[in-house]
Amino acid sequence: MVLAREEARWWLVSVPVRVATLLVAFLAVVAGTVFMVVHFLLGAGGPATVDFTSAASGGQVNVVLQEDAQNSVSSRPDWVSYFVQDPQTKQWVHTTLFKVPANTRVNMTILGYDGCTPLRNNFFSQVEGTIGNTVSLQQFKDTGKPLGPARNYSVVNAWSHCNVGHTFAIPQLRVFVPVASPNAQLSANSLCGDSPCTSGPYSLEKFSFMTPKSGGEFRWQCFVPCGGGFLDGNGGPMQTIGFMTGFMTVAS
Amino acid sequence: MAAQQAAPGQAEPRHGLRIFLIWLVLALAADLVIWFVWAPHMPPGDMTDSARHQQFDIAVLSVTGAPVILAVWVYFAYALIVWRRRPGDEEDGPPIDGHTGISLGWIIGTTVIVLAAFVFGTVELVVPAGAGAGEGPAPIWKISGITTTAWTPGTKDILQVQVIGQEWWWIYRYPQFGGFESTQLYLPKDTPVEFHVTSLDVIHSFWPYRLGVKADANPGVDNVAYTKPEQLGPFVVRCNELCGIWHGAMYNAGNVVTQAAFQKWATSVQAKEQQDGLIAALPPYALTYDPTVIPQLGKDLVKVTGITGGNGYYYSGPQAGTPGPPVSP
Repeated sequence: MVLAREEARWWLVSVPVRVATLLVAFLAVVAGTVFMVVHFLLGAGGPATVDFTSAASGGQVNVVLQEDAQNSVSSRPDWVSYFVQDPQTKQWVHTTLFKVPANTRVNMTILGYDGCTPLRNNFFSQVEGTIGNTVSLQQFKDTGKPLGPARNYSVVNAWSHCNVGHTFAIPQLRVFVPVASPNAQLSANSLCGDSPCTSGPYSLEKFSFMTPKSGGEFRWQCFVPCGGGFLDGNGGPMQTIGFMTGFMTVAS
Repeated sequence: MAAQQAAPGQAEPRHGLRIFLIWLVLALAADLVIWFVWAPHMPPGDMTDSARHQQFDIAVLSVTGAPVILAVWVYFAYALIVWRRRPGDEEDGPPIDGHTGISLGWIIGTTVIVLAAFVFGTVELVVPAGAGAGEGPAPIWKISGITTTAWTPGTKDILQVQVIGQEWWWIYRYPQFGGFESTQLYLPKDTPVEFHVTSLDVIHSFWPYRLGVKADANPGVDNVAYTKPEQLGPFVVRCNELCGIWHGAMYNAGNVVTQAAFQKWATSVQAKEQQDGLIAALPPYALTYDPTVIPQLGKDLVKVTGITGGNGYYYSGPQAGTPGPPVSP
Protein backbone atom coordinates (compact mmCIF):
# COMPACT_ATOMS: atom_id res chain seq x y z
CA MET A 1 0.00 0.00 0.00
CA VAL A 2 2.84 2.41 0.89
CA LEU A 3 4.52 1.61 -2.39
CA ALA A 4 1.32 2.23 -4.31
CA ARG A 5 0.90 5.67 -2.74
CA GLU A 6 4.50 6.59 -3.53
CA GLU A 7 4.09 5.43 -7.11
CA ALA A 8 1.01 7.58 -7.43
CA ARG A 9 2.85 10.72 -6.41
CA TRP A 10 4.53 11.18 -9.77
CA TRP A 11 1.71 13.45 -10.95
CA LEU A 12 1.55 15.55 -7.81
CA VAL A 13 3.03 19.06 -8.04
CA SER A 14 4.85 20.93 -5.33
CA VAL A 15 3.14 23.38 -3.02
CA PRO A 16 4.80 26.47 -4.58
CA VAL A 17 3.58 25.41 -8.02
CA ARG A 18 0.08 24.87 -6.74
CA VAL A 19 0.08 28.24 -5.00
CA ALA A 20 1.40 29.94 -8.10
CA THR A 21 -1.26 28.28 -10.26
CA LEU A 22 -3.97 29.35 -7.86
CA LEU A 23 -2.59 32.89 -7.83
CA VAL A 24 -2.51 33.09 -11.62
CA ALA A 25 -6.07 31.77 -11.87
CA PHE A 26 -7.22 34.26 -9.26
CA LEU A 27 -5.52 37.16 -11.04
CA ALA A 28 -7.06 36.06 -14.35
CA VAL A 29 -10.53 36.16 -12.82
CA VAL A 30 -9.84 39.58 -11.28
CA ALA A 31 -8.49 40.93 -14.57
CA GLY A 32 -11.53 39.60 -16.45
CA THR A 33 -13.89 41.18 -13.96
CA VAL A 34 -12.10 44.53 -14.11
CA PHE A 35 -12.17 44.42 -17.91
CA MET A 36 -15.90 43.66 -17.94
CA VAL A 37 -16.68 46.48 -15.52
CA VAL A 38 -14.44 49.06 -17.21
CA HIS A 39 -15.24 48.12 -20.79
CA PHE A 40 -18.93 47.37 -20.62
CA LEU A 41 -20.28 49.07 -17.51
CA LEU A 42 -18.16 52.20 -17.31
CA GLY A 43 -18.08 52.46 -21.07
CA ALA A 44 -14.37 52.97 -21.49
CA GLY A 45 -13.64 52.69 -25.17
CA GLY A 46 -17.33 53.13 -26.11
CA PRO A 47 -18.99 56.12 -27.69
CA ALA A 48 -18.18 59.48 -26.12
CA THR A 49 -20.80 61.68 -24.46
CA VAL A 50 -21.10 65.15 -25.96
CA ASP A 51 -21.79 67.63 -23.19
CA PHE A 52 -24.17 70.48 -24.02
CA THR A 53 -24.71 71.65 -20.44
CA SER A 54 -22.10 74.43 -20.63
CA ALA A 55 -23.47 75.56 -23.98
CA ALA A 56 -26.92 76.26 -22.54
CA SER A 57 -28.00 79.83 -21.90
CA GLY A 58 -31.29 81.54 -21.18
CA GLY A 59 -32.98 78.23 -20.48
CA GLN A 60 -32.21 76.94 -23.98
CA VAL A 61 -29.60 74.77 -25.62
CA ASN A 62 -28.92 74.03 -29.27
CA VAL A 63 -28.19 70.43 -30.25
CA VAL A 64 -27.21 69.47 -33.78
CA LEU A 65 -27.28 65.90 -35.15
CA GLN A 66 -26.88 64.40 -38.57
CA GLU A 67 -27.85 60.97 -39.85
CA ASP A 68 -25.94 59.31 -42.66
CA ALA A 69 -26.54 56.28 -44.82
CA GLN A 70 -23.17 54.86 -43.80
CA ASN A 71 -20.15 55.89 -41.78
CA SER A 72 -16.47 56.09 -42.54
CA VAL A 73 -15.37 56.14 -38.94
CA SER A 74 -16.16 52.74 -37.48
CA SER A 75 -15.54 49.07 -38.03
CA ARG A 76 -19.09 48.87 -39.43
CA PRO A 77 -18.90 51.25 -42.39
CA ASP A 78 -22.08 49.89 -43.94
CA TRP A 79 -24.18 50.75 -40.91
CA VAL A 80 -26.41 53.77 -40.96
CA SER A 81 -25.50 56.14 -38.16
CA TYR A 82 -26.22 59.34 -36.29
CA PHE A 83 -23.49 61.87 -35.47
CA VAL A 84 -23.54 64.59 -32.79
CA GLN A 85 -21.89 67.96 -33.32
CA ASP A 86 -19.66 69.10 -30.47
CA PRO A 87 -20.93 72.55 -29.39
CA GLN A 88 -17.39 73.85 -28.72
CA THR A 89 -15.32 72.51 -31.61
CA LYS A 90 -18.19 72.11 -34.11
CA GLN A 91 -16.65 68.75 -35.01
CA TRP A 92 -18.91 65.78 -35.69
CA VAL A 93 -18.57 63.06 -33.08
CA HIS A 94 -19.56 59.50 -33.88
CA THR A 95 -21.82 58.92 -30.91
CA THR A 96 -25.44 58.88 -29.84
CA LEU A 97 -24.78 59.97 -26.26
CA PHE A 98 -25.30 63.57 -25.30
CA LYS A 99 -25.92 65.51 -22.12
CA VAL A 100 -28.29 68.45 -21.70
CA PRO A 101 -29.47 70.40 -18.65
CA ALA A 102 -32.79 69.75 -16.90
CA ASN A 103 -35.84 71.97 -17.39
CA THR A 104 -34.34 73.41 -20.56
CA ARG A 105 -35.66 73.95 -24.04
CA VAL A 106 -33.66 71.81 -26.43
CA ASN A 107 -33.55 73.34 -29.92
CA MET A 108 -32.74 70.32 -32.05
CA THR A 109 -31.43 70.52 -35.59
CA ILE A 110 -31.10 67.32 -37.59
CA LEU A 111 -29.39 67.14 -40.96
CA GLY A 112 -30.80 64.16 -42.85
CA TYR A 113 -28.38 62.86 -45.45
CA ASP A 114 -29.79 59.33 -45.70
CA GLY A 115 -32.37 58.39 -48.28
CA CYS A 116 -35.91 57.45 -47.48
CA THR A 117 -37.25 54.22 -46.06
CA PRO A 118 -41.00 53.84 -45.62
CA LEU A 119 -41.96 53.37 -41.98
CA ARG A 120 -43.27 50.03 -40.84
CA ASN A 121 -45.97 51.79 -38.86
CA ASN A 122 -46.80 55.08 -40.54
CA PHE A 123 -48.07 56.40 -37.18
CA PHE A 124 -44.52 57.57 -36.56
CA SER A 125 -44.98 59.97 -39.46
CA GLN A 126 -46.75 62.13 -36.90
CA VAL A 127 -44.81 64.72 -34.95
CA GLU A 128 -45.50 64.35 -31.24
CA GLY A 129 -43.99 65.87 -28.12
CA THR A 130 -42.27 68.86 -29.70
CA ILE A 131 -43.24 72.40 -28.81
CA GLY A 132 -46.25 73.08 -31.02
CA ASN A 133 -46.24 69.44 -32.15
CA THR A 134 -44.59 70.51 -35.39
CA VAL A 135 -41.19 70.48 -37.06
CA SER A 136 -39.67 72.99 -39.45
CA LEU A 137 -38.47 71.25 -42.58
CA GLN A 138 -36.51 72.28 -45.62
CA GLN A 139 -34.92 70.09 -48.30
CA PHE A 140 -31.71 70.99 -50.13
CA LYS A 141 -30.12 69.92 -53.40
CA ASP A 142 -26.54 68.65 -53.51
CA THR A 143 -25.60 72.11 -54.73
CA GLY A 144 -26.71 73.49 -51.39
CA LYS A 145 -29.68 75.27 -52.91
CA PRO A 146 -33.03 74.78 -51.15
CA LEU A 147 -35.83 73.02 -52.97
CA GLY A 148 -38.29 75.37 -51.35
CA PRO A 149 -38.84 77.46 -48.26
CA ALA A 150 -38.82 76.00 -44.76
CA ARG A 151 -42.32 75.02 -43.65
CA ASN A 152 -43.85 73.64 -40.50
CA TYR A 153 -45.31 70.14 -40.59
CA SER A 154 -47.25 68.12 -38.05
CA VAL A 155 -47.02 65.01 -40.24
CA VAL A 156 -44.16 64.04 -42.54
CA ASN A 157 -45.79 61.19 -44.39
CA ALA A 158 -43.27 58.39 -44.81
CA TRP A 159 -45.38 56.60 -47.36
CA SER A 160 -46.05 59.56 -49.56
CA HIS A 161 -43.24 61.02 -51.67
CA CYS A 162 -40.89 58.77 -49.67
CA ASN A 163 -40.24 61.61 -47.27
CA VAL A 164 -38.79 60.00 -44.16
CA GLY A 165 -35.31 58.60 -43.65
CA HIS A 166 -35.35 57.86 -39.94
CA THR A 167 -37.01 59.01 -36.75
CA PHE A 168 -35.74 60.63 -33.59
CA ALA A 169 -37.77 59.40 -30.63
CA ILE A 170 -37.44 59.66 -26.87
CA PRO A 171 -40.35 57.38 -25.94
CA GLN A 172 -40.30 58.04 -22.19
CA LEU A 173 -40.73 61.77 -22.88
CA ARG A 174 -43.26 60.98 -25.64
CA VAL A 175 -41.12 62.81 -28.18
CA PHE A 176 -41.60 61.21 -31.61
CA VAL A 177 -40.19 63.03 -34.62
CA PRO A 178 -39.97 61.72 -38.19
CA VAL A 179 -36.69 62.85 -39.70
CA ALA A 180 -37.16 63.78 -43.33
CA SER A 181 -34.91 62.44 -46.01
CA PRO A 182 -33.58 64.45 -48.91
CA ASN A 183 -35.75 64.50 -51.99
CA ALA A 184 -36.23 60.86 -53.01
CA GLN A 185 -35.04 61.18 -56.59
CA LEU A 186 -32.07 63.33 -55.64
CA SER A 187 -30.89 61.03 -52.88
CA ALA A 188 -31.29 57.98 -55.11
CA ASN A 189 -28.86 59.48 -57.58
CA SER A 190 -26.28 61.30 -55.47
CA LEU A 191 -26.39 60.21 -51.86
CA CYS A 192 -23.54 61.38 -49.64
CA GLY A 193 -20.88 58.67 -49.63
CA ASP A 194 -18.39 59.87 -47.04
CA SER A 195 -19.46 60.52 -43.49
CA PRO A 196 -19.81 62.67 -41.56
CA CYS A 197 -21.45 64.16 -44.60
CA THR A 198 -20.64 67.63 -45.81
CA SER A 199 -22.01 67.31 -49.31
CA GLY A 200 -24.91 65.74 -51.13
CA PRO A 201 -28.63 66.44 -50.95
CA TYR A 202 -30.01 66.72 -47.44
CA SER A 203 -32.96 67.77 -45.35
CA LEU A 204 -32.77 70.31 -42.57
CA GLU A 205 -35.23 69.71 -39.76
CA LYS A 206 -35.66 71.83 -36.64
CA PHE A 207 -37.84 71.30 -33.59
CA SER A 208 -37.78 72.00 -29.87
CA PHE A 209 -38.79 70.12 -26.76
CA MET A 210 -38.43 70.58 -23.02
CA THR A 211 -36.22 68.40 -20.87
CA PRO A 212 -37.75 67.17 -17.62
CA LYS A 213 -37.37 69.15 -14.41
CA SER A 214 -35.32 66.43 -12.80
CA GLY A 215 -32.34 64.58 -14.19
CA GLY A 216 -32.10 61.11 -15.59
CA GLU A 217 -31.12 58.93 -18.50
CA PHE A 218 -33.52 58.82 -21.42
CA ARG A 219 -32.97 56.38 -24.24
CA TRP A 220 -33.69 57.53 -27.74
CA GLN A 221 -33.99 55.49 -30.87
CA CYS A 222 -35.00 55.34 -34.51
CA PHE A 223 -38.27 53.63 -35.37
CA VAL A 224 -37.45 53.03 -39.02
CA PRO A 225 -36.21 49.44 -39.35
CA CYS A 226 -32.92 50.61 -40.84
CA GLY A 227 -30.58 47.76 -39.92
CA GLY A 228 -29.99 46.64 -43.48
CA GLY A 229 -29.00 42.98 -43.72
CA PHE A 230 -30.66 42.05 -40.45
CA LEU A 231 -33.98 40.30 -39.89
CA ASP A 232 -36.73 42.81 -40.65
CA GLY A 233 -34.09 45.53 -40.42
CA ASN A 234 -34.15 45.47 -36.64
CA GLY A 235 -30.62 44.37 -35.79
CA GLY A 236 -27.20 45.93 -36.14
CA PRO A 237 -27.29 49.74 -35.95
CA MET A 238 -30.85 49.67 -34.57
CA GLN A 239 -29.63 47.87 -31.47
CA THR A 240 -26.17 49.42 -31.10
CA ILE A 241 -25.47 52.51 -29.04
CA GLY A 242 -23.42 54.91 -31.10
CA PHE A 243 -25.36 54.27 -34.31
CA MET A 244 -29.16 54.58 -34.31
CA THR A 245 -29.93 54.49 -30.61
CA GLY A 246 -28.46 56.10 -27.53
CA PHE A 247 -29.05 58.05 -24.38
CA MET A 248 -29.90 61.65 -23.65
CA THR A 249 -28.54 62.37 -20.19
CA VAL A 250 -30.46 65.12 -18.42
CA ALA A 251 -28.27 66.76 -15.79
CA SER A 252 -30.17 68.15 -12.81
CA MET B 1 -38.10 4.95 18.84
CA ALA B 2 -41.80 5.68 19.08
CA ALA B 3 -42.68 2.34 20.57
CA GLN B 4 -40.06 2.85 23.26
CA GLN B 5 -41.00 6.44 24.13
CA ALA B 6 -43.73 5.62 26.62
CA ALA B 7 -42.71 4.78 30.13
CA PRO B 8 -43.33 1.20 31.26
CA GLY B 9 -46.99 0.72 32.00
CA GLN B 10 -47.94 3.97 30.23
CA ALA B 11 -50.02 3.96 27.05
CA GLU B 12 -48.48 5.29 23.86
CA PRO B 13 -49.78 8.84 23.14
CA ARG B 14 -52.23 9.22 20.26
CA HIS B 15 -49.74 10.81 17.89
CA GLY B 16 -52.16 10.94 14.97
CA LEU B 17 -54.71 12.90 16.97
CA ARG B 18 -52.02 15.25 18.28
CA ILE B 19 -50.71 15.95 14.77
CA PHE B 20 -54.24 16.43 13.44
CA LEU B 21 -55.16 18.93 16.15
CA ILE B 22 -51.96 20.94 15.76
CA TRP B 23 -52.45 20.96 12.00
CA LEU B 24 -56.13 21.93 12.29
CA VAL B 25 -55.41 24.97 14.43
CA LEU B 26 -52.52 26.16 12.26
CA ALA B 27 -54.34 25.49 8.99
CA LEU B 28 -57.44 27.34 10.16
CA ALA B 29 -55.38 30.31 11.33
CA ALA B 30 -53.37 30.37 8.11
CA ASP B 31 -56.45 30.20 5.89
CA LEU B 32 -58.21 32.96 7.82
CA VAL B 33 -55.14 35.22 7.53
CA ILE B 34 -54.74 34.40 3.83
CA TRP B 35 -58.38 34.98 2.97
CA PHE B 36 -59.12 38.09 5.00
CA VAL B 37 -55.73 39.82 5.30
CA TRP B 38 -53.57 38.78 2.37
CA ALA B 39 -56.03 38.02 -0.44
CA PRO B 40 -57.29 41.61 -0.95
CA HIS B 41 -53.70 42.64 -1.69
CA MET B 42 -52.78 39.73 -3.91
CA PRO B 43 -51.69 40.38 -7.48
CA PRO B 44 -52.84 41.52 -9.94
CA GLY B 45 -55.47 43.41 -7.93
CA ASP B 46 -59.07 43.89 -8.95
CA MET B 47 -58.98 46.66 -11.52
CA THR B 48 -60.78 44.55 -14.14
CA ASP B 49 -62.98 41.50 -14.13
CA SER B 50 -60.13 39.33 -15.41
CA ALA B 51 -57.76 40.71 -12.75
CA ARG B 52 -60.40 40.16 -10.06
CA HIS B 53 -60.84 36.55 -11.16
CA GLN B 54 -57.08 36.00 -11.16
CA GLN B 55 -56.81 37.44 -7.67
CA PHE B 56 -59.64 35.14 -6.56
CA ASP B 57 -57.91 32.16 -8.19
CA ILE B 58 -54.64 32.86 -6.41
CA ALA B 59 -56.48 33.30 -3.11
CA VAL B 60 -58.35 30.00 -3.54
CA LEU B 61 -55.16 28.17 -4.48
CA SER B 62 -53.39 29.67 -1.48
CA VAL B 63 -56.20 28.67 0.89
CA THR B 64 -56.17 25.19 -0.61
CA GLY B 65 -52.42 24.85 -0.62
CA ALA B 66 -51.67 26.21 2.85
CA PRO B 67 -53.21 23.23 4.74
CA VAL B 68 -51.32 20.79 2.52
CA ILE B 69 -48.02 22.56 3.13
CA LEU B 70 -48.79 22.79 6.85
CA ALA B 71 -49.61 19.08 7.02
CA VAL B 72 -46.13 18.28 5.70
CA TRP B 73 -44.42 20.80 7.96
CA VAL B 74 -46.36 19.81 11.10
CA TYR B 75 -45.69 16.11 10.57
CA PHE B 76 -42.03 16.86 9.87
CA ALA B 77 -41.61 19.02 12.98
CA TYR B 78 -43.52 16.55 15.16
CA ALA B 79 -41.34 13.69 13.97
CA LEU B 80 -38.17 15.66 14.59
CA ILE B 81 -39.21 16.57 18.13
CA VAL B 82 -41.12 13.57 19.43
CA TRP B 83 -39.53 10.69 17.52
CA ARG B 84 -35.97 11.92 17.68
CA ARG B 85 -33.28 9.47 18.77
CA ARG B 86 -32.72 9.61 22.52
CA PRO B 87 -29.31 9.03 24.19
CA GLY B 88 -28.72 5.32 24.63
CA ASP B 89 -31.48 4.35 22.23
CA GLU B 90 -29.85 1.77 19.98
CA GLU B 91 -32.98 -0.10 18.96
CA ASP B 92 -34.28 -0.26 15.44
CA GLY B 93 -37.61 1.33 14.61
CA PRO B 94 -40.81 -0.70 14.41
CA PRO B 95 -41.58 -2.41 11.10
CA ILE B 96 -43.78 -0.44 8.69
CA ASP B 97 -46.83 -2.28 7.46
CA GLY B 98 -49.27 -1.28 4.77
CA HIS B 99 -52.49 0.40 5.89
CA THR B 100 -55.37 0.04 3.48
CA GLY B 101 -57.39 2.83 5.02
CA ILE B 102 -54.55 5.35 4.80
CA SER B 103 -53.70 4.31 1.25
CA LEU B 104 -57.31 4.58 0.17
CA GLY B 105 -57.75 7.91 1.91
CA TRP B 106 -54.60 9.25 0.26
CA ILE B 107 -55.69 8.18 -3.22
CA ILE B 108 -59.23 9.49 -2.80
CA GLY B 109 -58.08 12.72 -1.17
CA THR B 110 -55.49 13.60 -3.81
CA THR B 111 -57.85 12.60 -6.61
CA VAL B 112 -60.56 14.85 -5.24
CA ILE B 113 -58.12 17.74 -4.90
CA VAL B 114 -56.80 17.34 -8.45
CA LEU B 115 -60.27 16.97 -9.99
CA ALA B 116 -61.56 19.93 -8.00
CA ALA B 117 -58.61 22.01 -9.19
CA PHE B 118 -59.34 20.92 -12.78
CA VAL B 119 -63.01 21.90 -12.56
CA PHE B 120 -62.23 25.13 -10.74
CA GLY B 121 -59.51 26.08 -13.23
CA THR B 122 -61.73 25.33 -16.21
CA VAL B 123 -64.60 27.40 -14.83
CA GLU B 124 -62.26 30.27 -14.04
CA LEU B 125 -60.89 30.10 -17.58
CA VAL B 126 -64.28 30.07 -19.26
CA VAL B 127 -66.33 32.46 -17.11
CA PRO B 128 -64.11 35.57 -17.42
CA ALA B 129 -63.79 35.08 -21.21
CA GLY B 130 -60.39 33.45 -21.36
CA ALA B 131 -59.15 34.93 -18.08
CA GLY B 132 -57.41 37.82 -19.84
CA ALA B 133 -55.10 35.56 -21.82
CA GLY B 134 -54.53 35.70 -25.55
CA GLU B 135 -56.86 33.21 -27.24
CA GLY B 136 -55.48 33.45 -30.76
CA PRO B 137 -57.33 34.74 -33.84
CA ALA B 138 -60.49 32.68 -33.20
CA PRO B 139 -61.29 32.99 -29.50
CA ILE B 140 -63.46 30.29 -27.95
CA TRP B 141 -64.59 32.17 -24.88
CA LYS B 142 -65.86 35.59 -25.90
CA ILE B 143 -66.80 38.46 -23.66
CA SER B 144 -70.41 39.42 -23.26
CA GLY B 145 -71.36 42.48 -25.31
CA ILE B 146 -72.28 43.76 -28.75
CA THR B 147 -69.74 43.99 -31.56
CA THR B 148 -70.25 47.22 -33.46
CA THR B 149 -68.35 49.38 -35.89
CA ALA B 150 -68.87 52.47 -33.73
CA TRP B 151 -68.62 52.39 -29.96
CA THR B 152 -71.24 54.31 -28.00
CA PRO B 153 -71.01 55.08 -24.28
CA GLY B 154 -73.78 53.79 -22.02
CA THR B 155 -74.39 50.72 -24.18
CA LYS B 156 -73.12 47.15 -24.17
CA ASP B 157 -70.86 47.86 -27.13
CA ILE B 158 -67.51 46.11 -27.03
CA LEU B 159 -64.57 48.48 -27.44
CA GLN B 160 -62.02 47.13 -29.90
CA VAL B 161 -58.40 48.10 -29.41
CA GLN B 162 -55.60 46.94 -31.66
CA VAL B 163 -52.33 46.61 -29.79
CA ILE B 164 -49.29 46.94 -32.06
CA GLY B 165 -45.88 45.98 -30.71
CA GLN B 166 -42.80 47.33 -32.42
CA GLU B 167 -39.20 47.45 -31.27
CA TRP B 168 -39.49 49.08 -28.74
CA TRP B 169 -42.85 50.67 -28.04
CA TRP B 170 -46.56 49.95 -27.95
CA ILE B 171 -49.03 51.69 -30.24
CA TYR B 172 -52.79 51.44 -29.78
CA ARG B 173 -55.30 51.68 -32.60
CA TYR B 174 -58.99 52.36 -32.16
CA PRO B 175 -60.78 51.07 -35.27
CA GLN B 176 -64.20 52.25 -34.06
CA PHE B 177 -62.88 55.83 -34.06
CA GLY B 178 -61.61 56.11 -37.59
CA GLY B 179 -58.56 53.96 -36.91
CA PHE B 180 -56.62 56.65 -35.06
CA GLU B 181 -53.50 55.51 -33.25
CA SER B 182 -52.02 56.61 -29.96
CA THR B 183 -49.03 55.96 -27.75
CA GLN B 184 -51.40 55.93 -24.77
CA LEU B 185 -53.89 53.23 -23.89
CA TYR B 186 -57.12 54.80 -22.68
CA LEU B 187 -60.00 52.52 -21.71
CA PRO B 188 -63.53 53.31 -20.52
CA LYS B 189 -64.75 51.91 -17.20
CA ASP B 190 -67.45 49.21 -17.14
CA THR B 191 -66.95 48.48 -20.82
CA PRO B 192 -66.08 45.12 -22.36
CA VAL B 193 -62.77 45.48 -24.19
CA GLU B 194 -61.51 43.29 -27.02
CA PHE B 195 -57.74 43.54 -27.60
CA HIS B 196 -56.29 42.51 -30.95
CA VAL B 197 -52.60 42.04 -30.19
CA THR B 198 -50.04 41.87 -32.99
CA SER B 199 -46.44 42.78 -33.75
CA LEU B 200 -44.62 44.43 -36.63
CA ASP B 201 -41.30 42.71 -36.09
CA VAL B 202 -40.25 40.20 -33.43
CA ILE B 203 -42.33 38.50 -30.73
CA HIS B 204 -43.42 40.82 -27.95
CA SER B 205 -45.88 40.21 -25.12
CA PHE B 206 -48.60 42.68 -24.20
CA TRP B 207 -48.77 42.76 -20.42
CA PRO B 208 -50.90 45.40 -18.71
CA TYR B 209 -50.35 43.75 -15.35
CA ARG B 210 -53.09 45.51 -13.38
CA LEU B 211 -55.67 44.70 -16.06
CA GLY B 212 -55.00 40.99 -15.66
CA VAL B 213 -54.28 40.70 -19.38
CA LYS B 214 -51.32 38.99 -21.00
CA ALA B 215 -51.15 38.14 -24.69
CA ASP B 216 -48.23 37.39 -26.99
CA ALA B 217 -47.71 39.81 -29.85
CA ASN B 218 -46.63 37.71 -32.81
CA PRO B 219 -45.93 39.22 -36.23
CA GLY B 220 -48.73 38.45 -38.65
CA VAL B 221 -51.00 37.03 -35.96
CA ASP B 222 -54.16 38.51 -34.45
CA ASN B 223 -54.14 37.44 -30.81
CA VAL B 224 -57.45 38.29 -29.13
CA ALA B 225 -57.80 38.90 -25.38
CA TYR B 226 -60.70 40.28 -23.36
CA THR B 227 -61.17 42.24 -20.18
CA LYS B 228 -63.61 44.64 -18.56
CA PRO B 229 -62.24 47.56 -16.51
CA GLU B 230 -64.10 48.00 -13.25
CA GLN B 231 -62.02 50.67 -11.55
CA LEU B 232 -60.68 54.06 -12.60
CA GLY B 233 -56.98 54.75 -12.51
CA PRO B 234 -53.60 54.44 -14.20
CA PHE B 235 -51.79 51.26 -15.13
CA VAL B 236 -48.57 50.34 -16.89
CA VAL B 237 -48.20 48.25 -20.04
CA ARG B 238 -44.99 46.24 -20.25
CA CYS B 239 -43.44 43.90 -22.74
CA ASN B 240 -43.00 40.45 -21.25
CA GLU B 241 -41.00 38.83 -24.02
CA LEU B 242 -37.29 39.49 -24.38
CA CYS B 243 -37.22 41.49 -27.62
CA GLY B 244 -33.91 43.29 -27.92
CA ILE B 245 -31.77 46.00 -26.40
CA TRP B 246 -34.63 48.17 -25.14
CA HIS B 247 -36.94 45.38 -24.02
CA GLY B 248 -36.68 46.59 -20.43
CA ALA B 249 -37.70 50.08 -21.49
CA MET B 250 -40.65 48.95 -23.59
CA TYR B 251 -43.40 50.14 -21.32
CA ASN B 252 -45.90 52.94 -21.45
CA ALA B 253 -48.83 54.34 -19.51
CA GLY B 254 -52.49 53.49 -19.65
CA ASN B 255 -55.52 54.89 -17.94
CA VAL B 256 -59.03 53.70 -17.17
CA VAL B 257 -61.36 56.69 -17.33
CA THR B 258 -65.09 57.24 -17.27
CA GLN B 259 -67.00 56.46 -20.45
CA ALA B 260 -67.71 60.16 -21.00
CA ALA B 261 -64.04 61.07 -20.53
CA PHE B 262 -63.00 58.31 -22.89
CA GLN B 263 -65.46 59.44 -25.53
CA LYS B 264 -64.13 62.99 -25.23
CA TRP B 265 -60.48 61.87 -25.45
CA ALA B 266 -61.05 59.51 -28.36
CA THR B 267 -63.02 61.99 -30.46
CA SER B 268 -60.47 64.74 -29.82
CA VAL B 269 -57.50 62.56 -30.85
CA GLN B 270 -59.45 61.32 -33.85
CA ALA B 271 -60.25 64.88 -34.90
CA LYS B 272 -56.63 66.00 -34.51
CA GLU B 273 -55.19 63.10 -36.48
CA GLN B 274 -57.85 63.57 -39.13
CA GLN B 275 -57.03 67.26 -39.41
CA ASP B 276 -53.28 66.57 -39.56
CA GLY B 277 -53.80 64.04 -42.32
CA LEU B 278 -52.36 61.22 -40.27
CA ILE B 279 -55.37 58.93 -40.42
CA ALA B 280 -55.38 59.21 -44.19
CA ALA B 281 -51.72 58.22 -44.16
CA LEU B 282 -52.31 55.12 -42.07
CA PRO B 283 -53.06 51.79 -43.71
CA PRO B 284 -56.65 50.54 -43.78
CA TYR B 285 -57.64 48.82 -40.56
CA ALA B 286 -56.36 45.28 -40.55
CA LEU B 287 -56.09 43.01 -37.58
CA THR B 288 -52.54 41.96 -38.39
CA TYR B 289 -51.21 45.31 -39.60
CA ASP B 290 -49.17 44.01 -42.51
CA PRO B 291 -45.82 45.87 -42.77
CA THR B 292 -45.84 45.39 -46.53
CA VAL B 293 -49.21 47.09 -46.86
CA ILE B 294 -47.96 50.00 -48.97
CA PRO B 295 -48.72 48.38 -52.34
CA GLN B 296 -52.14 47.40 -51.03
CA LEU B 297 -53.31 50.94 -50.47
CA GLY B 298 -54.63 51.24 -53.98
CA LYS B 299 -52.71 54.41 -54.67
CA ASP B 300 -50.50 55.19 -57.64
CA LEU B 301 -47.08 53.89 -56.77
CA VAL B 302 -43.72 55.32 -57.66
CA LYS B 303 -40.56 53.27 -57.78
CA VAL B 304 -37.15 54.80 -57.42
CA THR B 305 -34.07 52.70 -58.01
CA GLY B 306 -31.71 52.77 -55.09
CA ILE B 307 -34.34 52.96 -52.37
CA THR B 308 -34.54 49.69 -50.50
CA GLY B 309 -37.37 50.39 -48.06
CA GLY B 310 -40.74 49.16 -49.28
CA ASN B 311 -38.94 47.63 -52.28
CA GLY B 312 -38.35 51.12 -53.54
CA TYR B 313 -42.05 51.90 -53.69
CA TYR B 314 -43.91 54.83 -52.28
CA TYR B 315 -47.03 56.59 -53.41
CA SER B 316 -47.05 59.95 -54.97
CA GLY B 317 -49.90 61.47 -53.05
CA PRO B 318 -51.02 64.12 -52.76
CA GLN B 319 -51.37 63.74 -49.01
CA ALA B 320 -52.21 66.42 -46.53
CA GLY B 321 -49.36 67.76 -44.45
CA THR B 322 -46.46 66.48 -46.50
CA PRO B 323 -43.60 68.18 -48.24
CA GLY B 324 -44.07 68.89 -51.89
CA PRO B 325 -43.85 66.38 -54.70
CA PRO B 326 -40.50 65.02 -55.87
CA VAL B 327 -38.48 67.62 -57.75
CA SER B 328 -36.07 66.93 -60.55
CA PRO B 329 -32.48 67.83 -59.77
